[in-house]
Amino acid sequence: MRLLNLIKIAFKAIVLNKMRTLLTMLGIIIGVASVIAMLAIGEGSKESIRTTISAMGSNMITIQPGADNRGPARGSGGDVQTLTLKNYEAIKEKATLLSYVTPVVNGGGQVINGSNNWPSTLYGVNPDYLKIKVVDLQSGSMFTDAEVQSASKVALIGQTVVDNIFPDGQDPVGQMIRFNNIPFKVIGVLEEKGENTFGQDQDDVVIAPYTTVQKRILAIDYLNQVMASAISEDDAPAAVTQVTEILRSQHKLTEYEDDDFTVRSMEELISTFSSTSEMLTILLVAVASISLLIGGIGIMNIMYVSVKERTKEIGLRMAVGAKGADILMQFLIEAILISITGGLLGVMLGLGATVFIEKFLNWPTSVALYSIVISFAVCAVTGIFFGWYPAKKAAALDPITALRYE
Amino acid sequence: MSKEIIKIEDLKREFTMGTETVHALRGISFSIKEGEFVTIMGSSGSGKSTLLNILGCLDQPTAGIYEIDNVCVKELSRNELATIRNEKIGFIFQSYNLLARTSALENVELPLLYNSKVSTGERRERAIKALEMVGLGDRMDHTPSQLSGGQQQRVAIARSLVNNPVMILADEATGNLDTRTSYEIMSLFQDLNKKGITITFVTHEPDIATFSNRTIVLKDGNIIQDYKNHKVQSAADELAKLPKEDH
Repeated sequence: MRLLNLIKIAFKAIVLNKMRTLLTMLGIIIGVASVIAMLAIGEGSKESIRTTISAMGSNMITIQPGADNRGPARGSGGDVQTLTLKNYEAIKEKATLLSYVTPVVNGGGQVINGSNNWPSTLYGVNPDYLKIKVVDLQSGSMFTDAEVQSASKVALIGQTVVDNIFPDGQDPVGQMIRFNNIPFKVIGVLEEKGENTFGQDQDDVVIAPYTTVQKRILAIDYLNQVMASAISEDDAPAAVTQVTEILRSQHKLTEYEDDDFTVRSMEELISTFSSTSEMLTILLVAVASISLLIGGIGIMNIMYVSVKERTKEIGLRMAVGAKGADILMQFLIEAILISITGGLLGVMLGLGATVFIEKFLNWPTSVALYSIVISFAVCAVTGIFFGWYPAKKAAALDPITALRYE
Repeated sequence: MSKEIIKIEDLKREFTMGTETVHALRGISFSIKEGEFVTIMGSSGSGKSTLLNILGCLDQPTAGIYEIDNVCVKELSRNELATIRNEKIGFIFQSYNLLARTSALENVELPLLYNSKVSTGERRERAIKALEMVGLGDRMDHTPSQLSGGQQQRVAIARSLVNNPVMILADEATGNLDTRTSYEIMSLFQDLNKKGITITFVTHEPDIATFSNRTIVLKDGNIIQDYKNHKVQSAADELAKLPKEDH
């Protein structure tokens, strides 16, 4: 009853000063809106990285030669020739937590069909590759282990390659193409996967047995990569350890030497990419929080003016029986009403901005409920925090002095 | 035998200004009975305002006894004083002190907002009644800027009546008004007094005192005169005697 009266009084004071209140709210509105929009952008990019990566196979483990090259720039892992077929065989034999393993060798070149040609990348793998990458065939079939053994000149091609070298809609399966002048028979077409988060076209590939690629195209005896798939996503970290141990003994590393290879699970890959976007999010939120803080100071400022301006009114209210607590609550409620209304408008503006960013800038966004809850809570706290001092000041006024104030 | 509303005995109020002690009230005693209309007079510096603040429970005495409606004020806390002001005293100020941009009705309701015993419905009802009592039943929705000075003071009087106080305390209530309007207001006070409302009127204008039935004169913190007025003038009659204004 009493509280309701105080809310009414505070509400009236706000309504009587619409323009001033709105301008005061502006800081809060912008602050909240930017926090929500920034978090939505950060959250959206994180989510899209996650979906892309898990579409690539969430159990996937990659083994690359060369030390971990995350962080400050180091040499490209691809140049190091320490990963061999023998290592692959050891992994395949000893790693109990892996369900599929394939060696990977790759190289770029021109794919040619008659008068059409297209620059693409050739991956030399074994039949496990499709299972590891979670790719299905659109038509045709995968090459067999026997074809790997015999280094057959057979290949599977992605949709982008099909579109570019078979522009007239001809069925590529059974056709002959050439990669760097070596003829390959197309035995299958990979299902379309589109671009991944990093803008890489996953359909711009040619796949062939690794033996063929090693001997006939690249003329190398080492591997660029080994890809594997853990039994389950939960086993991935243990599988990483297992593979690391196998490779360390293969490479005869003493316990004082660092790994000369890098084993990474998808989870790690996700966190590598997420940490970058997280950093950015933190930065953006920090900037947004500052504007929220400035909004709060704006509220304090206007509440202070409001108390000064209404000193006589405060004196009168006290003379007719308002207690210090009543005055304190009146001004505190006023500050909270301003900040909460500002917060509400800010949430709406933030959601609007998010929709705008998604629609017109084509950035992935995702509004997290927690961002709304947090910014709203911050608003209420801002109101209390910055409204407290002026309200306290008002409540402590001496009624006699306040009544005489001009 | 009517009840004593105000009882003051050997009341002192001292202010410390740096190293100096100012004796605003030097031990005064008097009492006010229910239904009295008392004017407290004195020139500036006489201790009039200090007494008014103490009577209004805005300030507390340094020494002596002040009882209002049998409550001893000296030991009360800030909050308890606020409650006394809310329930027992009706204030009227020289400059009306109405809330701007707020309707007459809401202005009158104000003291009851701070009384949790009064419901919203009752609050409205009592405010309407108080406004009708001061003859502003048809101006309830008007804001102070839409009312004349006299009307504004009537709203203030209605506000002081709305909590059914034991005493109305008026501080130079006619100080901002012209002669005609101040007679009108005084006539209203006399009517209210006839209905049994106790009024204490602080003023420095001697002619206002002729409308009350008792006058207390202060000088340098002491009471120098306290007399009953045996031929109370009627403010309504005085108003009738004023020359007609031709506008």
